[in-house]
Amino acid sequence: MSLIALQTGLRDWLTAEQTPALQAPRAKAGLSVYLNTYRAQLMACLSESYPTLHAWLGDDAFAAAAATHIDASPPSSWTLDAYGLGFPATLRDLYPHDPEVGDLAALECALAQAFIAPDSPPLDPASLADIDWDRARLRLIPALTLLPASSNAGAIWSAIAQGETPPPAQLLPQPGAILIWRDGFTPAFRTLETAEARALEALREGCDFGALCAMLVAREGETAGPRIAGSYLAQWLRDGLIAQISDHPL
Amino acid sequence: MAASHRFGLGLRKPHYGDFLDGDAPVAVDFVEVISENFMVPGGRPLDVLRRVRERHPVALHGVSMSLGSADGLDADYLRRLRSLVDAVEPLFVSDHLSWSRIGGFNSHDLLPLPYTLEALEVVCANIHQAQEALGRTMLIENPSSYLTLDGEMSEWAFLDQICARTGCDLLLDVNNIVVSAANHGFDALAYLAGIPAQRVRQIHLAGHSQGRDLLIDTHDKPVPPPVWALYRRALERTGPVATMIERDDDIPPLADLLEELDLARQIATQPERESA
Repeated sequence: MSLIALQTGLRDWLTAEQTPALQAPRAKAGLSVYLNTYRAQLMACLSESYPTLHAWLGDDAFAAAAATHIDASPPSSWTLDAYGLGFPATLRDLYPHDPEVGDLAALECALAQAFIAPDSPPLDPASLADIDWDRARLRLIPALTLLPASSNAGAIWSAIAQGETPPPAQLLPQPGAILIWRDGFTPAFRTLETAEARALEALREGCDFGALCAMLVAREGETAGPRIAGSYLAQWLRDGLIAQISDHPL
Repeated sequence: MAASHRFGLGLRKPHYGDFLDGDAPVAVDFVEVISENFMVPGGRPLDVLRRVRERHPVALHGVSMSLGSADGLDADYLRRLRSLVDAVEPLFVSDHLSWSRIGGFNSHDLLPLPYTLEALEVVCANIHQAQEALGRTMLIENPSSYLTLDGEMSEWAFLDQICARTGCDLLLDVNNIVVSAANHGFDALAYLAGIPAQRVRQIHLAGHSQGRDLLIDTHDKPVPPPVWALYRRALERTGPVATMIERDDDIPPLADLLEELDLARQIATQPERESA
């Protein structure tokens, strides 16, 4: 048997339990060890990557969802960090009428990605002197993610993480967003109203601060628009979401 | 530099505080980390590694290079490992004589190779590519395995061949010899006699478990007597060599592992008294 035939045969054994044509003593025992290790490792990877989701679903439902994911999505990356990235989509398929499950998985996935996202040096306050705010462009930190949210997954996550009884799942009065970032080395998140989420999306798409103010003036009026823009900026600076501000191209 | 005994431990999360926060560095000569855990863009893992490196020499031990893949190595993996190597300036860079990846599938397990001439060509070509990409010699570790595949040579002859052809060195896992000797029915002393002992730069010690039919390399127990006994015999062949204990499950307090490491020190430095 060629090496590639052996390797594809063992792949098919691990992913589809198609027994390879091996001439090996005690092949069944050896194949079982590899199959058990493969599945146990992926199960452990998902459980360690999604502890809050695991707590929310319970052991049996989590194990069933993980087994479905392992059957449908064999790993492809060299890093196990990547294996859990597709799990939220599997959960949305499995729980179409429980949006908090998919939201919770997506939140936990984004927190894990923020944990290992590229570092970003803190914004130098001196760089803000003499800035032309109408033309100022804000570069967001690489560890920032915006997720759409239709449920109270954020409140559920926080309660479970603090060892408290989580609230019942609820739909949000209107679809919102969850902002995930890293504060120092610690992932953080907060639920956003739609207007702030839109403002951050606009910045990500290259909108400058003057245009952002104009957008808010158009929606909120001459008085409230600039005030809201100022309060957003202050909050984003406090949260450490801004990597750089410049009135030159970034 | 003359060869010398050095004694280290694998760095695992439950012991980060011990390694980073103590007034004095932990009493080890080096620490070994799993390379892939630190091949990340940023965040706390790299900060931990940077701070550990300020206190200790670090060995990088990989589990995902997949040196036995018939369809070659992953270029992205090699680039990221090279970045880590450049940042850490490690004592050793090692990975296993095994494969994990084929055709876009990655098992995340150390799967066995048949010891054939074809596999030898593949492994040697991959080691050449890796050593070129990393700009240094690698250490190749003998695996534990659970399938006795048809081959044209023994595992130790295969290791001898890859050292001769690629210039790589060896990471001898004594526990893996014990496990594979039991599973495949070979003589562990014949294994030690057959490897190019002068190429062994590092030794791993660990524990294993008895499965239903086979011994399993679980790293969840203290180093057992048969592994200590074979370690003593291995040192007779290799001479002084960097030795470390791997513990990946049911991880005890660091003090327990340091005590275990003292046993390795005693065996390595007082072999006559220990074997009396």
